[in-house]
Amino acid sequence: MEFAELIKTPRVDGVVLHRPFMPTVEGTLCLTGHHLILSSRQDNTEELWLLHANIDSIEKRFVGSLGTIIVKCKDLRVIQLDIPGMEECLNIASSIEALSTLDSVSLMYPFFYRPLFEVIEDGWQLFVPEEAFKDLESMTDEWRLSEVNKDFSVCPSYPSLLTVPKDIDDESLCKAASFRHGGRFPVLSYYHKKNGMVMMRAAQPLTGTNGRRCKEDEKLINATLCAGKRGYIIDTRTIAVAQQAKARGGGFEQEANYPQWRRIHKAIERSNVLQESLIKLVESCNDQSHSMDRWLSKLEASNWQSNVKEILTTACLAAQCIDREGASVLVHGTEGTDSTLQVTSLAQIILDPSCRTIRGFEALIEREWLQAGHPFQQRCAQSAYSNGKPRSEAPVFLLFLDCVWQILRQFPCSFQFNENFLIMLFEHTYASQFSTFLGNSVAERVKLLLSQKTVSLWSWVNRPQELERFLNPLYEPNNLVIWPSVAPQSLQLWEGVFLRWNRSTKCLDEAYQEMVHIIEYNKELQNKVNSLRRQLAQLETEDSPLQTP
Amino acid sequence: MEHIITPKVEYVKLLNTYPEKKSALGTLYLTATHLIYVEQTNNNARTETWVLHHHILSVEKLPLTASGCPLLIRCKTFQLLHLLFQRERDCQDVFQSLLRLSQPVKEEELYAFLYNPHQNEEDRRQGWEFISVANDFSRMGLSNEYWEISHLNKNYEICSTYPSILGLPKNASVAVVTGSAKFRSRGRLPVLSYYHKDTKAALCRCSQPLSGLTSRCVEDEQMLQAISQANSNCPFIYVVDTRPKLNAMANRAAGKGYENEDNYSNIRFQFQGIENIHIMRNSLQKLLEVCSMKSPSMSDYLTGLENSGWLRHIKSVMDAGVFLAKAVCDERVSVLVHCSDGWDRTAQVCSLACILLDPYYRTIKGLMVLIEKEWISFGHKFSHRCGHLDTDPKEVSPVFTQFLECVWQLSEQFPCVFEFNERYLIEIHNQVYACQYGNFIGNCQKERLDMRLHEKTFSLWPYLLKNQHLYRNPLYRRSLESTVLRPSTLPLHFKFWCGMYNHYDRGMHPKQSVLDQLLSLTQKQVEGERTMTELQRQLAVADGVLPDPSGPINTPAEQDSPSEKTPTAPVVQSNGSCAPLINGDAEEAGPGAEKCNEKEGADPGATEHDLTSSEDKPVSVETEHSKEEVHESS
Repeated sequence: MEFAELIKTPRVDGVVLHRPFMPTVEGTLCLTGHHLILSSRQDNTEELWLLHANIDSIEKRFVGSLGTIIVKCKDLRVIQLDIPGMEECLNIASSIEALSTLDSVSLMYPFFYRPLFEVIEDGWQLFVPEEAFKDLESMTDEWRLSEVNKDFSVCPSYPSLLTVPKDIDDESLCKAASFRHGGRFPVLSYYHKKNGMVMMRAAQPLTGTNGRRCKEDEKLINATLCAGKRGYIIDTRTIAVAQQAKARGGGFEQEANYPQWRRIHKAIERSNVLQESLIKLVESCNDQSHSMDRWLSKLEASNWQSNVKEILTTACLAAQCIDREGASVLVHGTEGTDSTLQVTSLAQIILDPSCRTIRGFEALIEREWLQAGHPFQQRCAQSAYSNGKPRSEAPVFLLFLDCVWQILRQFPCSFQFNENFLIMLFEHTYASQFSTFLGNSVAERVKLLLSQKTVSLWSWVNRPQELERFLNPLYEPNNLVIWPSVAPQSLQLWEGVFLRWNRSTKCLDEAYQEMVHIIEYNKELQNKVNSLRRQLAQLETEDSPLQTP
Repeated sequence: MEHIITPKVEYVKLLNTYPEKKSALGTLYLTATHLIYVEQTNNNARTETWVLHHHILSVEKLPLTASGCPLLIRCKTFQLLHLLFQRERDCQDVFQSLLRLSQPVKEEELYAFLYNPHQNEEDRRQGWEFISVANDFSRMGLSNEYWEISHLNKNYEICSTYPSILGLPKNASVAVVTGSAKFRSRGRLPVLSYYHKDTKAALCRCSQPLSGLTSRCVEDEQMLQAISQANSNCPFIYVVDTRPKLNAMANRAAGKGYENEDNYSNIRFQFQGIENIHIMRNSLQKLLEVCSMKSPSMSDYLTGLENSGWLRHIKSVMDAGVFLAKAVCDERVSVLVHCSDGWDRTAQVCSLACILLDPYYRTIKGLMVLIEKEWISFGHKFSHRCGHLDTDPKEVSPVFTQFLECVWQLSEQFPCVFEFNERYLIEIHNQVYACQYGNFIGNCQKERLDMRLHEKTFSLWPYLLKNQHLYRNPLYRRSLESTVLRPSTLPLHFKFWCGMYNHYDRGMHPKQSVLDQLLSLTQKQVEGERTMTELQRQLAVADGVLPDPSGPINTPAEQDSPSEKTPTAPVVQSNGSCAPLINGDAEEAGPGAEKCNEKEGADPGATEHDLTSSEDKPVSVETEHSKEEVHESS
């Protein structure tokens, strides 16, 4: 298909762009296969380049022959384009609509994007399971790397290499897989070096109404327990929801069959509910006519902050079981691709200082989200402004980022990256020139030949000149477990994302710059002092023979 | 001391707000001024919690439980102490003592009359003269062509609750002034609050007129005209009644009320809708209930926050302040503000407008001046509103607290424009209720004079100034100072002030403080610059460029040994230090229970200060100096 067919009017002059807290720009609007571009043709005003993929929905209005298109983006920005001429306006609107809702992955921008920078370090090669396993091997010999899912036939949403207990053979794995939703049998998620405890993740067991059991599954998870030790199964669903799942063939581990495990139910919302929560939150953030009471009541009704609190609480619980109780943990919900990953990845941020570095955090996203089969493409197909009925869209990953931000806010010196890094990740999950978040699983990405045809986000981010923006100037490596507070008073609305376009950031940016300045100046000063000391010491040694009487 | 029945009780438990935490065991002491709880920890370290009797809001005996007799102490600083006594008798004794100690009956019982910060009479006198409202009038450019400083109220005869010096329009005659005073509630006539040099517009304040349903007063009308004429930029003035319209109308029936636009030439009248002291008191009460809920859900918390109405009230004060500042600065119109008596809402909005308009009031000293001017001297009834003495509980209201919160909300929107940080506001709040210094005792200037506070007590301001290094905002930038603040008052830009209302729930606060980090860096910077200058001098000497004043050059290295340490990470002080902690509550919230880690608990700022000798000249001067250099070099 040619994009040209979809572009009814490629350019219109005299278009006026309105953006909140920015001066209006008048210029020429151009549509290309992947971008909406507005350029004033003046050197000093910036151009607007908007990926069609970033457009969540549009609205059009007419006053006389002046048309107005309101463009609502997936990064939550709302811009307005005043287009002279009704026909032009209608053409532009329908072109944008067509171009922003292309179904085929292979038509996405990453397949057309050619980087203007030299790829020095290929992001596709950065985080390979073999490397992670080497680290694990240096700590314990209880685990092995299984190739049972080499052709993705045992579990289509798992990667080809999986870390499993050494004593469990591939045949048992297959049997356990048939007992778990989507074939997602228990695999290693995290090894806690301090005490050798582990966190595993899986999907729900298919016990059904008649209480099916699977010896291999039991054996598999028991293999991770030390002799005489008990473990915890954290089911991210309430007991009621888990009970209901039985009717649809799912369920939860029966105490009788898993006597060494204690099951705890938490109440993280399912993904379809989360999308509703995001829509409500963004709606109330954008409505400036609210009274204080209405704002607070809308914020409460959106449930967003409740979701943040519940996810963080569950992650703390998992981390607590491992670090404080010295017990191993198995985490699952229903499919094991959403709430499960929120919990396992956040628990690692709490427990493992390496996850708080930039590389470590990237590796965590790669391991616990991309390779673990979080269906990014489905979840991020639409954002808060979509008009249509949500299919499988859900801000699962955004909630994870929000939780990380909450921890970062409480431990501002413990992370190598800053808030901008998290916001950048949020943007790229919804629309990007890079293909890292395309596809729903490793299998899909392999099939799309992403690593050959497209550029990885990490290839770009990790370049020193890009990375600079994302470095936290306050970072001081800290090898401790960091326990965030989950009291409601401690959790704030993530203004950097949700109020980003509703406020002027001038003052906050200045504050950030000032902070960077203080820190940089101090470093400089200490360097100068040290170099002066050396000079002086040198002079003294040279002069000392003369000075002795 | 006669009120203390039992000065010491052993084996008292201090219960934790978080049920999953272990509570502390320790000894409770009652002194003439403080309640002190000393926690005995296993490694023989002591954690002390000191609570000033004046800070105690209420003491409540809860029903007996199997584990002992609980006593709940609520403080005006929003601290909550939940004690558990083994013996009912001890609990009763402490309860009785505290009831009496926390509610002094006579002024002389207040702490300020006992307290002496080791100063002589000369220091005391200077301390009281340190902040002067008259100086602030000169700073604004008074007297000038339009405004003068008047001594008509020298003996508090025109208005007993006003200060002795007043800013009045030059063309208002004595007859107009006295006549207008008679037409205003409690004689609180229209006078100058702030004069804006650039626009010549003035901010004036008064109480409600005694207009009733039909009364009018020629002198009052002339008074408003005089204010209007003092600003040649604009033919009219705004008259802002900060009350809700309904309240103002109800007052008319009682012979008070608001200005009738028809009787005054060229006024534009406006209501602002800030609620009265009773509604504010109840709102805070509800807010504090939310703050002290045990493990609330997010929904409980947000619903509670909404139902308390607290942020709605804060917004209404802010909205009014923004209206005044805009009128004066953008429209160049003079404004006359009142509420009922003109000492609560009027004080809030006038002082807030001053902060928005004038960068001086955003400095450490400027805020002192502002509080002295708009609150203390204009007769905000601190004694009544804070309940210093055992008087009418219906007079108590968090009016001043709301003002401090508005300043904090502004500092959240404008992190670089205030010279002070959040701790300064909290410290002032604590001191207002502590009655350790004389500044906030009494209800107006005349009362303070009668009490001879300046002879019998000390002023708070020199104490705050001495400790100003603690209250500095490291991000403060003087280059921004000329700007008028235009805050957003959209509801979503107001936040719950956890640092104030949950101040003592340490676990809820960020575990690492950016403020402490930056304060310690600015401290380091001062030392670094000093060391660098010294090293450069030594190098010059060694090179023979400078003559050697002090013999061989091997001493400096030793002299500088403290600063040798500075390039390394901040020195860590473990939690188990013996230093008395004013507040020993170093716990964390949530399921991430237990002690988190020693490193985060420590205060890097505190240890940094220990490294430098405090005899050195004021740290602040150095910081200012060095900061300017930074800007130059960049």
